[in-house]
Amino acid sequence: MPKVTVDRKLLLDVAANCRLNLTEAEIEKFLPQLEEVLRSFSKLDELDVSKEEPAFQPISIEDVLREDRAGKCLSQEEALSNTIHKKDGFFKGPRVV
Amino acid sequence: MEKTLGAKEFAEEVQAGSISALEHASKIVEEIEKKNPHYHHFNCFEKDFVLDQARALEKEIKKGRKGKLLGVPVSVKDCLCVKGLESRAGSKVLGGYRPVFDATAVAKAKAEGAIILGKSVQDEFGFGTFSVNVGAGEIPLNPIDTSRSCGGSSGGAAGFAALTEHTHIAMAESTGGSIAAPASFCGMASITPTYGLVSRYGLMDYANSLDKIGAIGKSVEDAWLLLSVMAGKDPMESTTIDSPPLVAQGVKGLRIGIPFELMESISDKKIKEACLAKISRAQEIGAKVIDVKLPLNTQYGLAAYYIIAMSEASTNLAKYCGMRYGLQKKLEGNFNEYFSAVRSEGFGEEAKRRILIGTFARMSGFRDAYYMRAMKVRSLLIKEFRKVFSKTDLLTFPAMPMAAPTFSQIEKLTPLQHYSADLCTVPANLCGLPHATVNAGLANGLPAGLMVCANHLDDARALSFAHALEALQ
Repeated sequence: MPKVTVDRKLLLDVAANCRLNLTEAEIEKFLPQLEEVLRSFSKLDELDVSKEEPAFQPISIEDVLREDRAGKCLSQEEALSNTIHKKDGFFKGPRVV
Repeated sequence: MEKTLGAKEFAEEVQAGSISALEHASKIVEEIEKKNPHYHHFNCFEKDFVLDQARALEKEIKKGRKGKLLGVPVSVKDCLCVKGLESRAGSKVLGGYRPVFDATAVAKAKAEGAIILGKSVQDEFGFGTFSVNVGAGEIPLNPIDTSRSCGGSSGGAAGFAALTEHTHIAMAESTGGSIAAPASFCGMASITPTYGLVSRYGLMDYANSLDKIGAIGKSVEDAWLLLSVMAGKDPMESTTIDSPPLVAQGVKGLRIGIPFELMESISDKKIKEACLAKISRAQEIGAKVIDVKLPLNTQYGLAAYYIIAMSEASTNLAKYCGMRYGLQKKLEGNFNEYFSAVRSEGFGEEAKRRILIGTFARMSGFRDAYYMRAMKVRSLLIKEFRKVFSKTDLLTFPAMPMAAPTFSQIEKLTPLQHYSADLCTVPANLCGLPHATVNAGLANGLPAGLMVCANHLDDARALSFAHALEALQ
């Protein structure tokens, strides 16, 4: 694993990527913590995995396909029942541009 | 105190008419109303929601209704959707969310006559070993000693299972040890099944390739009963697998392996002593205890697990943005500004930490070094388990490397120390292996949990052995 220095810029880049606004207190707290955790992950470099396939699931999963027919799904009313942001039967979101 | 009736016997008595489901539900409702303000095991409990189910069930029983869980109260971990009941997965970001459908596991329990009690408190999205990262409700207290943790993340589930004087089973969920840890700290029995045995449909995921729905109860038999109801392939969930029959198996002649390196890594001598004393009694039921080696899982399990879990969590939690459900604010700014504002307010500290690390591990330039490497390490670790299970039928070791810590001890832990507490539970969870836990007795006056881990789909074998051990007085 590349040796990573978790500095303020990297932390803020990652935070922007995952849509989190961090406070100054959070930045100060997270910087050393993230560095320590990432350093501990580098332990995995000790293993030779060059011949291994990634195990995306712990057990083998078969492809599951079904007939291309409409099944039971939520009604429009049900789908909208948990939001306050709706208009004319649609979700209403924040502006895009 | 009179011994609480096991769930199987209870359901039979309800069926026979000698126990009233409504009367029993009323008693447990009264108990929760009285004790929950102090112990905080539920974050959503509505008296009428429970009693309405019991009243309807009573009418159906009179018409001949049957069921494996007839009248049995079942608490549901907050991360599982229950139709009409606020379900927040322990997070403020899901505040106010009332699902319009039941999770498959909940629907199956209801179909067998279970009465859903309410939502049990957990660490936010399962992010914790001690149920102190609670964003919905309050931190649950261990009924054995209220200055101590119930364990996590299914803390409310195990805490209430230990506290209640009545028949009850807890529906719980584990990603890296969230069933075994609280069951161990609270002296309860549990089962975490093979990955895929129970449908995750309706589960608010922590990490897709790791999450497993299981059960905690006062006895192995209770947890087993709920698992047998929940298990099976689900057309709504593509990773589910057919369940072999979860019937009792003979334990005579079983080889029980004790993983040497894992035992060496546990520094708490009292925990080891309690567990080894329990294991040594395996010969009384005809099993043979042998030493086995599990070096790779012991050394590398935690790192591989946390990279995978955090990476998956960071993508799973991307959908919580304040538009369709949960925490919502006034629509201000562009979508980036709005989503960021909601997420920054809705997620707790540990959730933010895991989202940040998980996002980093998947970012361009780092993905192969972290995420993909961890996935390949998981392949190695699964192979190591396969090799071990060619020499032994089951593995057994302490479920947790410690007894329930006090809240003041937990406060002093760094995040890395906190994660390291999952040493014993992570290997089986990372590799999707079924594991039961049973109370092994006391270590310094606190419960010590013993884990019984089996190969994929050998859930019944793990349960049968745990049940036999539990029966040894």
